[in-house]
Amino acid sequence: MSEPNYFEYPIPDPYAIPVEDIDVSDPRLLEQDVWGPFFKRLRAEDPVHFTENEVFGRFWSVTKFNDIMHVDSHHDDFSSEPSIVIDDQDADFMLPMFIAMDPPKHDEQRKVAQPVVAPMNLAKLEKLIRARVQTILDSLPIGERFNWVDRVSIELTTQMLATLFDFPFEERRKLTFWSDVATATGSAGGIIEDERRAHLLECLEYFTRLREERAKQPPGEDLDLVSMLAHGESTRNMEPMEYLGNLILLIVGGNDTTRNSISGGVLFLNQNPGEYDKLRNNPRVIPNMVSEIIRYQTPLAHMRRVATRDLELGGKQITKGDKVVMWYVSGNRDDEVIERPDEFIVDRAKARHHLSFGFGIHRCMGNRLAEMQLRILWEEIMKRFHMVEVVGDPVRIRSNFVKGYAELPVVLHSH
Amino acid sequence: MPQILFIEYDGTEHRVDTDAGRTIMQAATDNLVPGIDADCGGECSCATCHVFVDPAWLATIGGPGPQEATMLDLAPERQDTSRLGCQIEITDAMDGLVVRLPQFQM
Repeated sequence: MSEPNYFEYPIPDPYAIPVEDIDVSDPRLLEQDVWGPFFKRLRAEDPVHFTENEVFGRFWSVTKFNDIMHVDSHHDDFSSEPSIVIDDQDADFMLPMFIAMDPPKHDEQRKVAQPVVAPMNLAKLEKLIRARVQTILDSLPIGERFNWVDRVSIELTTQMLATLFDFPFEERRKLTFWSDVATATGSAGGIIEDERRAHLLECLEYFTRLREERAKQPPGEDLDLVSMLAHGESTRNMEPMEYLGNLILLIVGGNDTTRNSISGGVLFLNQNPGEYDKLRNNPRVIPNMVSEIIRYQTPLAHMRRVATRDLELGGKQITKGDKVVMWYVSGNRDDEVIERPDEFIVDRAKARHHLSFGFGIHRCMGNRLAEMQLRILWEEIMKRFHMVEVVGDPVRIRSNFVKGYAELPVVLHSH
Repeated sequence: MPQILFIEYDGTEHRVDTDAGRTIMQAATDNLVPGIDADCGGECSCATCHVFVDPAWLATIGGPGPQEATMLDLAPERQDTSRLGCQIEITDAMDGLVVRLPQFQM
């Protein structure tokens, strides 16, 4: 992946430049939390917006809820190949993964992995998740400043991921590391490209060993993702890079996203004390609040498609081969579909009607796991703490894809 | 006014009066029948209004269209009688229709 040279100029005032000059691929917009007005202007004045820059080439930004829904649910017109992020993969290090495939191969591979996160399987995991959440929360200091991202958000999602992979538990932070490496562009992780590849190949090596072990065992009742991939008809003969690609998909998909919604929820409740009061007075609002957190955070800011034919979208003529970027982060703030979209409202009506999981055949496979983790976490937080108080500015990730936090300093107050 | 009988996974019954032209998904959400999430709002794009049509009614209701069938593929509990509620438009001929709900929506 290439590193955009965005540091040459300061971030402009989005209303002080011609609308055609707006470039929402600048990864500083999420990092500095200034993305809102850029997308607001596009939604109002140029909802399907063309950009050409030296880093990502030509791409269309789709910014309104209903246009995004249209693109997401028309996979014949908008291909997910070869990549679902705005940046192309380097041709000499391609990682095929089913999220970036079209039918029929997508359908075959997704079906192998899906049962592990199907609601029926999750119901069996609820007790275990709750026990782990309790252990994590009970280990936290009261009245003492610490980084919520590291001690709770990362720890919880990483433990969950280790469970789903049946990954050696004491080595679970390797999963966190590989997830971060996979989504790092140049400066984001401070890692240069050669190092990045070396780490990803370590990940492949590790999981190849696990796959060989699991392949020798009969497929059992307690399914884990590695066993499923090892035994699944359409996945057991995957080439190494394809195996790595799908692992990265599952690691990032199960890690970065929920992690950042866990952190985001704490931040939003602190920014909206009235909503925190609502939650204290009525913890039954938690399932609804979880959807609202996921909307308001939008942990993955975009997904990318490629037009498979010449077509019209939002009055613009799209040419076959053009990149079409669906900015979920923008659609989730579209006031044509969502009332008072810039407000965080824990008891919002129709809170499930958000874009964060995407729609259509690529809709997030782990959505129910994510919701369950967040629900259990908040149930257990409310039993223990009067407040998780944010005591400093969050440090956000520099990326145009992962919308998240590196640090969120908090102090816990007990009841 | 067609009446639809929704039966939850645990057997709880909900009889709702609705209007021709509404969809099965809307009939459920209009009347607060639990177990229908309808995340996408009726766009045939999420499979969270999955229902099982009573076999006696299959001929009247018909099978899923191509996009619907693709989305139903995402539902782990899919059966031969599976449909997405948002894709069934209610007619007067559907008075008395029985649909069952899955244990979970995907």
